[in-house]
Amino acid sequence: MNLRTPLSRARGHGSAKEGLGHWIQQRVTAVALIPLSIWFIVSVIGLAGSHYEQFQAWLAVPGNTALMLLLLFCTFHHAQLGVQTVIEDYIHGRGARLASIYLVKMTSALLGVFAGVAVLRAALVGG
Amino acid sequence: MTSLNRPLSPHLQVYRLPLVALLSITHRITGVALSAGTILLAIWLGSAAYGPEAYDQVSALLGSPIGLIILFGFSAAFYYHLCNGIRHLVWDFGQGFELPTVRRSNVLVLIGAAVLTIGTWAIALFH
Repeated sequence: MNLRTPLSRARGHGSAKEGLGHWIQQRVTAVALIPLSIWFIVSVIGLAGSHYEQFQAWLAVPGNTALMLLLLFCTFHHAQLGVQTVIEDYIHGRGARLASIYLVKMTSALLGVFAGVAVLRAALVGG
Repeated sequence: MTSLNRPLSPHLQVYRLPLVALLSITHRITGVALSAGTILLAIWLGSAAYGPEAYDQVSALLGSPIGLIILFGFSAAFYYHLCNGIRHLVWDFGQGFELPTVRRSNVLVLIGAAVLTIGTWAIALFH
């Protein structure tokens, strides 16, 4: 006897599979990135040509550290979601498609964690 | 299993590309380019964690003529992706699909990206 409801059996078997979660995360990070990236550009212009000490002092301000970490999370998450979509559309072989999506996600995680650790170290310890 | 070999959408070689389609594929191209550019972001932040010498080296590289050209391209790609991304968010609400509106938003996206890019560099270089 199957105790699952018809709805739960049908869920995830459409052509989009779990695509809805991907779609929503892409939009949520996109909206977050609008103010975050504008804040980042304005800050970087203000810091242009500054020395290490000035950059480190700016990064060490708790609000700046927090916004940098948020910016990094949204950027790398948004980037790997987007590149995944492009791969799914243009790489047709099943094996090559899975392998390249895996590679993109791992590279993105590595770069994102590295950049996050770098921000924390530079902000809290200094170079 | 011939169905597996069917061309997948969005197909670029078969259809004529009107401006809106050209802008659509440019959104993807700039997205992939910006994703690749996050490597630069990680290197820059990483250098700050390794100390003043590493930071100065990366800063000098980014401030060199080639570095500035790469940053200019990066900023142009970013502003295009931002402006067209906002249009995509409006489309997600089912708004702005009428052809005259699309033609107007095409121009708006291109002018917006150009003005923001040039404005940013004017402020960065001459403030």
